[in-house]
Amino acid sequence: MLSDKEREEIEAEMARYPHKRAMVPEALRIVQTHRGWISDESVRDVAELMGMSAEEIDTIASSYNMIFRRPVGRHVILFCDNVSCWIMRSDAVRDHLVKRLAAGPGETTKDGRYTVLPSACLGDCHHAPVMMVDDEMHGNLTPEKIDRILERYT
Amino acid sequence: METPLTGNIRPDREPPSLKEYEKSGGYRALARVVSGLAPAEVTAIVKDSTLMGRGGAGFPTGLKWSFVPMGVDAPPGPRYLVANADEMEPGTFKDRVLMEGDPHQLVEGMIISAYAIQATTAFIFLRADYDLAEKRLKRAVAEAYEAGYLGKNIMRSAYSLEMYVHVSAGRYICGEETALLNSLEGKRAIPRARPPFPQVSGLFGKPTVVDNVETLCNVPHILANGAEWYKSLSLTAIGGTKMYGVSGRVNRPGWWELPMGTTVREIVEVHAGGMRPGYALRGLLPGGASTDFLVEQHLDTPMDFTSIPKVGSRMGTGTMIILDGKTCPVAFVLNLLKFFAHESCGWCTPCREGLPWVARIVKAIEEGQGEARDLSVLEEHCVALAPGRTFCALAPGAVEPLQSALKYFREDFERHIKERGCPWRAA
Ligand SMILES: Cc1cc2nc3c(=O)[nH]c(=O)nc-3n(C[C@H](O)[C@H](O)[C@H](O)COP(=O)(O)O)c2cc1C
Ligand code: SF4
Ligand code: FES
Repeated sequence: MLSDKEREEIEAEMARYPHKRAMVPEALRIVQTHRGWISDESVRDVAELMGMSAEEIDTIASSYNMIFRRPVGRHVILFCDNVSCWIMRSDAVRDHLVKRLAAGPGETTKDGRYTVLPSACLGDCHHAPVMMVDDEMHGNLTPEKIDRILERYT
Repeated sequence: METPLTGNIRPDREPPSLKEYEKSGGYRALARVVSGLAPAEVTAIVKDSTLMGRGGAGFPTGLKWSFVPMGVDAPPGPRYLVANADEMEPGTFKDRVLMEGDPHQLVEGMIISAYAIQATTAFIFLRADYDLAEKRLKRAVAEAYEAGYLGKNIMRSAYSLEMYVHVSAGRYICGEETALLNSLEGKRAIPRARPPFPQVSGLFGKPTVVDNVETLCNVPHILANGAEWYKSLSLTAIGGTKMYGVSGRVNRPGWWELPMGTTVREIVEVHAGGMRPGYALRGLLPGGASTDFLVEQHLDTPMDFTSIPKVGSRMGTGTMIILDGKTCPVAFVLNLLKFFAHESCGWCTPCREGLPWVARIVKAIEEGQGEARDLSVLEEHCVALAPGRTFCALAPGAVEPLQSALKYFREDFERHIKERGCPWRAA
């Protein structure tokens, strides 16, 4: 069930749009902010609130990269694998990250701390290679820098 | 040299507050517009300025606005202005700089542009991962409401406008303007058929203009200083300055606001400081991942919307990606194709089926499993996915680097096939 807070936040945003349905991606984002990911139950809850079927909601949810339909760790690492980062040998840095966390792209560490997701260009190509941890950008990555960054999150 | 777009930007520091923005001349153009200019006059000034869209296609902005039905032709009800802030083109990082560095500039540009088309509501369609830009834009919008630049009767005029920051749920195709509109309506992000064009029937079926962030940031300066001043900023026939950028193995990767028409060579050699020691320049994509390669012989070409097409590419977003001599061109192209195949929205068959196919062939070549006839198969696909063959411009853009790589780096593809492996990996 959606919490009162989630419901409130979703309803507050509805005023912007002439139709309730326009709120689907926004509603999913709000629920995800509170729960980390979108479970089947959350899909049904959002469906009920929007007056739509769960299938309709899921088709929309699954078409967006940043709606997570599987649980994620406490911190999400978006690792850029696009061209400018790749030129700057992001592969080597990513291999280090994966080894260090023992979790590959799409996986979550055993302690539930990190989920590593490959990402499209993060729009910071002049600092390549880059990654984002939650809402923080980290650029000019090296294996040593990765080690220091990972210490900072619990 | 004047740098109107970035004059207020202080990298690594907080952006100007409302007070600081006003002190630098901010919101004076808006005051002039709402107190004394008719919407059609604003559009006429922007037309005269020769401002062309900075989102990649270079369409004349004033002309686009003039397609919105006005006056007696206007349908009743709401109308919309949308800032395309979905920046996700690989190699592109200019709109982030503008939004994080001077958010009020975008807000003012949007209010003036919205006034020109008499929009009732404006959305900033912001990329999901731009958290810092989100925070700063939301603060700027709130400050603008408080100061009476947004909301009812802006600066005591008869004009009213609501503005919202809409954060995307993340997908490259959302940047395509009609897919963006579907996404804003809460649907899957799939492009729409045109006509009808958004200016006539866009968001929720109402007249809508979608403009790129950088485009909109130019608008306050044009209205403050006039079309002639704006044209004088440029070295070529298309007015203004341009946000240029360079990434790759150069000495100083970064961005610079420079006169429109600055040459590729000056951008790479002077502003980016040239190639790093030990790295040679082999080629470059002039404006993001969906533009054709340029090579050495093209370096003296001015970077603008008319000169770059003359040498077989497009200016695109104006942010270059450098291919150096130690990077495999086949693997470079493969990286791009994997991205485009993944981001295909799946709506039309040539793109949904074609891009993964092309990516598989290039992958096979890169890994030493290529066949001699693969190159002609790839060339056929470049034709099959050319503009007009697919529902939107994603697929044609995706094959631009491939088709030009087959032209300029053909011997590299052939070596992979003949030597049954990547010469760069062996080295
Ligand atoms: C696949 C695809 C992705 C696009 N992504 C963006 C984008 O992220 N930002 C943008 O401004 N324009 C993007 N565009 C271009 C828009 O469709 C549209 O032309 C542009 O927003 C118009 O603004 P302008 O006239 O100011 O350039 C994209 C186009 C395509 C085909
Ligand atoms: S070209 Fe690709 S992205 Fe564009 S509509 Fe067709 S499938 Fe979708
Ligand atoms: S390619 Fe990695 S941030 Fe742009």
